Amino acid sequence: MISIFINDKPYKVEAGQTIMQAADKLGFHIPRLCYHPKLSIEGACRVCIVEVVGMRNYVASCAYPVSEGMKIYTNTEEIRRARRDIVELILDNHPEDCHTCERDGNCELQRLAFAMGIRKRHFEGEKKHYEKDLSSTSVIRDPNKCILCGRCVRICSEIQKVNALGYAHRGFKTVVMPAYNMPFKDSVCTTCGQCINVCPTAAFIEKNFTQELFQKLGDKSLIKVAQIAPSVRAAIGEAFNLEPGRQLEKELTAALRKLGFDYVFDTQFSADLTIMEEASEFLERFQGKGKLPMITSCSSAWMKCLEQFYPDLIDNVSTCKSPMSMASALIKSYFAKKIKADPKKILSVACMCCTAKKYEALRPELMVDGMQATDMVITTRELAWMIKSAGIDLLHIKGEEFDHPLGYSSGAGTIFGVTGGVMEAAIRTAYELYTGETLLDIEIQDIRGLKGIKEGKLVIDGKEIRIAVAHGLGNANEILNTIRKDLQRYHFVEIMGCPGGCIGGGGQPYAGSNSLPLDEECLMKRAEALYGLDRNKTIRRSHENPDVQRLYKEFLGRPMSAMSHKLLHTHYKPKEPRGIVPAELTAR
Amino acid sequence: MPVRFNITLCDGPSCIHKRSKEVVSTIEGELEKHGLTGKVGINLSGCLGMCSKGPVMIINPGYTIYGAFAEEDIPEIIQQHIMKKKPVTRFIIDEDHLYNRFFRVFGDVNFFGKQMRIALRNCGIIDPENIDDYISLRGYEALAKALTDMSPGKVIAEIKKSGLRGRGGAGFPTGIKWELTAKEENDEKYVICNADEGDPGAFMDRSAIEGDPHTIVEGMLIAGFAIGAKKGIVYIRAEYPLAVKRIKKAIADAGREGFLGDNILGSNFNFDIEVRLGAGAFVCGEETALMLSIEGHRGMPRPRPPFPSVSGLFGKPTLINNVETWANIPVIILDGADWFSSLGTEKSKGTKVFALAGKVKNTGLVEVPMGTTLRQIIYNIGGGIPGDKKFKAVQTGGPSGGCLSEEYLDTKIDYESLAKAGSIMGSGGMIIIDEDSCMVNIAKFFLEFTQNESCGKCTPCREGTKRMLEILTRITEGKGAEGDIDKLQRLGNMIKKASLCGLGQSAPNPVLSTIKNFRAEYEEHVFNKRCRAGVCQHLLVYEITDKCVGCSVCKKACSVGAISGAPKARHVIDINKCIKCGACFKVCKFNAIRKS
Repeated sequence: MISIFINDKPYKVEAGQTIMQAADKLGFHIPRLCYHPKLSIEGACRVCIVEVVGMRNYVASCAYPVSEGMKIYTNTEEIRRARRDIVELILDNHPEDCHTCERDGNCELQRLAFAMGIRKRHFEGEKKHYEKDLSSTSVIRDPNKCILCGRCVRICSEIQKVNALGYAHRGFKTVVMPAYNMPFKDSVCTTCGQCINVCPTAAFIEKNFTQELFQKLGDKSLIKVAQIAPSVRAAIGEAFNLEPGRQLEKELTAALRKLGFDYVFDTQFSADLTIMEEASEFLERFQGKGKLPMITSCSSAWMKCLEQFYPDLIDNVSTCKSPMSMASALIKSYFAKKIKADPKKILSVACMCCTAKKYEALRPELMVDGMQATDMVITTRELAWMIKSAGIDLLHIKGEEFDHPLGYSSGAGTIFGVTGGVMEAAIRTAYELYTGETLLDIEIQDIRGLKGIKEGKLVIDGKEIRIAVAHGLGNANEILNTIRKDLQRYHFVEIMGCPGGCIGGGGQPYAGSNSLPLDEECLMKRAEALYGLDRNKTIRRSHENPDVQRLYKEFLGRPMSAMSHKLLHTHYKPKEPRGIVPAELTAR
Repeated sequence: MPVRFNITLCDGPSCIHKRSKEVVSTIEGELEKHGLTGKVGINLSGCLGMCSKGPVMIINPGYTIYGAFAEEDIPEIIQQHIMKKKPVTRFIIDEDHLYNRFFRVFGDVNFFGKQMRIALRNCGIIDPENIDDYISLRGYEALAKALTDMSPGKVIAEIKKSGLRGRGGAGFPTGIKWELTAKEENDEKYVICNADEGDPGAFMDRSAIEGDPHTIVEGMLIAGFAIGAKKGIVYIRAEYPLAVKRIKKAIADAGREGFLGDNILGSNFNFDIEVRLGAGAFVCGEETALMLSIEGHRGMPRPRPPFPSVSGLFGKPTLINNVETWANIPVIILDGADWFSSLGTEKSKGTKVFALAGKVKNTGLVEVPMGTTLRQIIYNIGGGIPGDKKFKAVQTGGPSGGCLSEEYLDTKIDYESLAKAGSIMGSGGMIIIDEDSCMVNIAKFFLEFTQNESCGKCTPCREGTKRMLEILTRITEGKGAEGDIDKLQRLGNMIKKASLCGLGQSAPNPVLSTIKNFRAEYEEHVFNKRCRAGVCQHLLVYEITDKCVGCSVCKKACSVGAISGAPKARHVIDINKCIKCGACFKVCKFNAIRKS
């Protein structure tokens, strides 16, 4: 412990931390912008400056360590004015379209400008003008709104290790862009949307389908079918100012019907189905038919990442489609048949926590009988906005149940939304498929939690199975490099593209005024919401789901059947966008 | 025994521009004609610093310095000087009329005589591409002394005691930097030579490398020994091809002679140096940006701490010094800290190289002891202001330095005094400004440079300098408003104290110092819409005086039809239409147009 002074008052703080960290613990919130606890220290925005006695210049509190006897001033007239002027400088080069901006009311810059007391402009002048990049299936890049805090660049390189973004040009012309300023769609971007999550403004937003969807919902000739991913229900409450961790499954079902959907299905049902297929596929491979380790394939950002960066591992990845695409394929086949409808008249909408699903929906490999299986994907944020816009009181609505036959799910399908969940669900089923015995201890703690890479072992019928789980593409990178070196190390690996799994997806609600994007506490609460749903279910193993059993009996036959392969499985092929060194060169 | 003449030609860009390359072939042709090929030595040197007198050559023995001659004069010089041993006096550079002698020894020429050359001690004297030349002037002796007679601790103690401070601009005590890096325990450490000299008009480092590359190699070797590093990197801008070529050759030659590599001079000290080229970003001269650039990233500064001595290149302890700093190291080791610290002022020891430019008679490179006054440099070495113009300001420290007015001329040059006066030492740019220059325009010029070269990372530098530049532009265009000067100061002071790196922290200096020292000029621009130097085009007023004979030439030259008047009658300019292009002024044969 060392002694420091903040604004003339003495405090004892732990050595080795930054001024900002020490001040946070003492209840001084120093304003900040580019800082993010999960990312490296950039020191770029200069909003968190403080005065330190003996230092010629102001000190960026995010980067500077405390030392014995340090005298810090966080709130003098001079520092307040400097900070105010810095934030004004950012505003002066920012479009003044707050009223029509996607993030109006939810923008860190807006909040900061208000807190700094900027009521007048002193330094207005030229503003930057760039074209918006609308090319991506998922993420819109608007450099005009970019304030160059660098969070997107850092999350893309440090957490995701995708490196799709970087700085270009100098001085006032500095801009964040993909390599060669080529269209985002042609870049290495995996469309995970984490840049949207960490962006303090609207420089990155998802490709929005809400207006189009409202229009389609009014089209009486269409049969409107929705599906909801597990993590949407675990997080959407935050967009309605609820504390994280409250799940709104039944309320959402009701709200979707009120929005005009004819059928509301649960992606958790198709998650159960995914487990049936994936567990069976794993056992096939485990018994010698196919490559090991087998790697999961539910995460669309990870799939794009695989094709770009790890084409050598394509044969190790499960051929199962994601739960969303399985549900959509069934909606346009099994379900259409059941209700005797023309599948072309069905509008299949997926409510996802994910921006990459917008990309996945357009993958040509996932077409069903020449039709796009998922017609539209909206994120949790878009759904929240639609509910508000339609005047639906989500918090006081009477809850409703999902529709059959694609609405009932086991607890295993629920936990798909959390890192480790797919693995846990697969084991619950694989164990029983292999041994014929029911696995009793079904909560596998080794692979729960937010540790970047989790490993575990289990014994099935006297054979050891080594499993591993990675979430976030950066952690995935680490585990995949391990696999490249040692193919025997694991049997079964789960990879999710986003930190925390789907609960931390790129389409989840923005952080509020008192929270940070990707805050671990918030992620844990979302996870707990899903684990709670699992615990409260009597059926917690996918193969016990009676609707899944019926589906196999009536339509698919058995897991890995020809029909399954036609509707529920897919394939991947190497992609080499510009900026990627071909695999044969990196293999050296 | 006949005298063996040797001709050394300055190979600096200014002399190359003045056809020094052609001069060489003419000399060779002339020598051949007289059967003297091989009997007279010819070699190229780095910049001799007498740029205003180019092309410059020195004929030895005797150190006769010839300048400002043409190719046609070569036969005469060869025939007279080489063959008849009679120097051609009219081309001898002779600024000093008090000692009007035929033979001008290096030190006798005023331009050189008032200087003290330590960092540049060998420049122009040795053949930089010949390691034997360097060795013959005690080259690598300091290394040998360090390796055999001194411990690493003793080397560092000597550097500390010398009082040498970083010549890159910030003036951090070099010895302490070495000590901090030496203290870190790590098997891998780096020594970097910062040769990313980017200040416009500055060429101290380039000349030092071009003229004496081995001294840099030797300095880095001594540091490697002192701090326990095995690897050195010279980061040099690609725009300096000759310097790159010479440092590469020096490294290769030193390696061949056993000064680099394993078991240097029979000791157990191993050290290697590689050269990395910069890609043209000014900010890469900033140490943290430079290291990121070497690592292959975009050169952008990062917050300190951690300092490079703790976590530098590739996260390893790194010692980074400027070219001129390195050039001082062998001298300190050889001649001792006591001697070195006897030069200079209390807090700034040794000498400093300046690139003298602008409105001064002798432009070029000068090395003077710390404590020399600005007046001595400008008038005694620089020879004063050309024409009958009045001195107005001196700008030191490159684009981020300040402009000092006449009252500061007796300021002694050292880090503290210059900072106190509102400027900086910087890397050694020195630009003399006379009454024909507008100080607002000068400030705008420098700020434009720093704004363009800002890395774009931190808000104050990226956005703040842009706004300052806009205000300055406004003022020079006659659109300045009350409060603009205050805004410049408000932004400038904030940017100085809030920016991430030295570039931003010093970018407002030209503006703040000109406001401080030439406030009246700013006020004239803002309130009276007047530019006393007649530089700011938008503020000029063109009038036709009664000298006009009505020839109508101006009327035809005016592209906007602002001039009217009947033939043979006095014409008038409509100031509302006039765009102040000056076309009328240029075409008038009767001096009838007045610009004010």
